[in-house]
Amino acid sequence: MKKLSTLAALCAGLLLTACSTGTHGLYQWGSYEDQVYAMYNTAAKTSPQEQLANLEADGEKARAANRTPPPGYYAHLGYLYFETGNPERAVASFQNEKTLFPESRSYMDRLIARFKK
Amino acid sequence: MTRHFFIITALSIAAMLTGCASQKSYDYSAIRESKPRSIVVLPPLNLSPDVRGTYSMMATVTRPLAELGYYVFPVALVDQTFRENGLTEPGEMHNASPAKIAEIFGSDAILYIKVEEYGATYRVISSDVIVSASAELIDARTGRSLWRGSAKASNSENRDSSGNGIVGILVSALIQQVANNIGDPGYQVARQTSFRLFNAGLLPGPRSPNYEKLIGN
Repeated sequence: MKKLSTLAALCAGLLLTACSTGTHGLYQWGSYEDQVYAMYNTAAKTSPQEQLANLEADGEKARAANRTPPPGYYAHLGYLYFETGNPERAVASFQNEKTLFPESRSYMDRLIARFKK
Repeated sequence: MTRHFFIITALSIAAMLTGCASQKSYDYSAIRESKPRSIVVLPPLNLSPDVRGTYSMMATVTRPLAELGYYVFPVALVDQTFRENGLTEPGEMHNASPAKIAEIFGSDAILYIKVEEYGATYRVISSDVIVSASAELIDARTGRSLWRGSAKASNSENRDSSGNGIVGILVSALIQQVANNIGDPGYQVARQTSFRLFNAGLLPGPRSPNYEKLIGN
């Protein structure tokens, strides 16, 4: 029975790696989605400071594991820096998003111009 | 033992085929031609009575789309940008001109999502948490429809999963992986709905290792 469950786990592992969209995919997600959710949902509402701390911790973990944070991570982090009174770090974070994902260039430039005011 | 092995292998292969293969009958010529790299997801239109539908669904769509190989604009900032431009309701945002949206975000494609069901539906025997949604991807420059899909998930699938073999185990694992500290079961089910919505039919994007062979160039 134990062998059987090992086999099942192996097959499950194979299945996850077989789909490129499995849980070990292109990005290290951390809590980005939960922080987005927390921004809007009153039941789970945490302060921008807490959301920021959680995202910063995710960034540390991703760096330590040498993995890429997801699209939108740095931009969202930048927004939280701005919300918590740190426009310089906000701009640096938007720059990071742009460097990592050139697809975001035009929108990040727009945000940088707006938040620099 | 060998018999077990064959059964499990056969199940895995079946699950792989149904889980990963895109539907063959779907006409992908528009998206193959358009080759979108980036997607701006508008805050979903919520047709359910549960007010959490819009933003719960919004939080769950980035992951499957990004893992498929697309750049997904930061969803909360996109929402803020619309609000700053005077559009505060998803309905208003969905009515904005695609050309204007493309100009603001510089996105190749726009994704419109409708949350059809969200939350608990009380039935005679049990109350299930159901999230169903439909989506349409359009080319931001031409307004042409590139892809449509819909999906549904329910928390009762997990309760019943003991008899479902590998697929059931995987589905449960995926749901359980979600942080449990958020007291909205709809959010967890929404993640499953989003995963299904895109993985069942949308072609991989440019950041996917499977992109070249699937897009056919």
